[in-house]
Amino acid sequence: MINIGILALQGAVREHAKALEASDVNVIVVKRTEQLDELDGLVFPGGESTTMRRLIDKYDFFEPLKAFAESGKPMFGTCAGAILMATEIKGQDDPHLAVMDMTVERNAFGRQRESFETALNVNGVGEDVHGVFIRAPIIERVGPSVEVLSEYEGDIVAAKQGQFLACSYHPELTDDDRMHQYFVQMVRKNQVLA
Amino acid sequence: MKQTGTDRVKRGMAEMQKGGVIMDVINAEQAKIAEEAGAVAVMALERVPADIRAAGGVARMADPSIVEEVTNAVSIPVMAKARIGHIVEARVLEAMGVDYIDESEVLTPADEVYHLNKRDYTVPFVCGARDLGEASRRIGEGASMIRTKGEPGTGNIVEAVRHMRMMQSQIKQVVGMSEDEIMTEAKNLGAPYDVLMEIKRTGKFPVVNFAAGGIATPADAALMMQLGADGVFVGSGIFKSDNPERFARAIVEATTHYEDYKLIAELSKGLGSAMKGIEISTLEAKDRMQERGW
Repeated sequence: MINIGILALQGAVREHAKALEASDVNVIVVKRTEQLDELDGLVFPGGESTTMRRLIDKYDFFEPLKAFAESGKPMFGTCAGAILMATEIKGQDDPHLAVMDMTVERNAFGRQRESFETALNVNGVGEDVHGVFIRAPIIERVGPSVEVLSEYEGDIVAAKQGQFLACSYHPELTDDDRMHQYFVQMVRKNQVLA
Repeated sequence: MKQTGTDRVKRGMAEMQKGGVIMDVINAEQAKIAEEAGAVAVMALERVPADIRAAGGVARMADPSIVEEVTNAVSIPVMAKARIGHIVEARVLEAMGVDYIDESEVLTPADEVYHLNKRDYTVPFVCGARDLGEASRRIGEGASMIRTKGEPGTGNIVEAVRHMRMMQSQIKQVVGMSEDEIMTEAKNLGAPYDVLMEIKRTGKFPVVNFAAGGIATPADAALMMQLGADGVFVGSGIFKSDNPERFARAIVEATTHYEDYKLIAELSKGLGSAMKGIEISTLEAKDRMQERGW
């Protein structure tokens, strides 16, 4: 069975675990850097990106996570997770892990009262994927090797670049596991190649 | 079709705060310290609970200019408190774009009979509770997040512990009951039947449950996490301590790694004095904020 980790420094960890378990994978809640060694893929959950970044630095996760990305293993970030992965964050001097070639804008839809849910057409995943947007970012720009998977009213909300998958919304808050199944497929394919 | 203010969106916002610390702040400078320390949200207030307690008189919603100042200072979510049952304070905070409203017993209640009908609002609410009945009534009214009441502004964890243990033990009882016992339990607790049935089915609250009221040290925060809290609110504990920056960071780290005792020892070293604190038995009944609301 393949091992998929969820970075568990802060945020909606349990919900991701539930969605992944439905795909028959072994889920590992990652709180220590040495746990990264046993993983075939890694999820960055939703939460607060500033908090996660502080804890990443505090517990020396930064370099091991960069190394994990360089090893070619798949990574999936939802909302705050996508912000951690982006090479550029609008209005901020420095990005976080900077592994996926895109610019994100934080809280792009506004404050909590503007948070919403809707059905999305996501390439390769489904035409009616349940998207829950909570103080969500948008992907404002993507690099040439990034494939746009979904747009909402003209803004990019899901994208894939090789081993990296990112979305603005929270598939973990719904009973719709198709985004997770899609990521698990990415991990399985990567295993066959490796 | 796009829908705002749904249960999923309001409860989901609280789900994203899990494992985190929400800190009381009274100005932009404190808000920045909190964000820098890794707070998942800030609560914008005119005074922290310890000062409200000391000042006496009627405590109301904060001056909107403070809420605005804090909102402009940070990128993390901003919460603010409205008085229990004060429809207009809640509407004002919602109109200002506050991300979460705390219908709070720390302020003087505006209505001694009715809590807010929180389903009417697009903004989500957090409410305090001492036991499963109270928590379920608030969820029934539409609260999207629950927290223990504890005894705010005392720096004494004993009441938050009592409330969290009570809720956890009552949840276990409900889960262990057969379905035909639930209506009687609903009557006994004064809890909506549907909420208890959902708890029985899922084994947990339908919303996130944080600890609040009296958390003063990193060890206090870790204790509440071990008792089953999804995260913690720290009110007076941080900015009433000797070294707020270090205290804030230490509490954030202890909340994440609440079972790592060596780490908690390390980050508790030389932190300076925590807030002074109050022994609960010295508080007269009228001074107990947890008795506000029902």
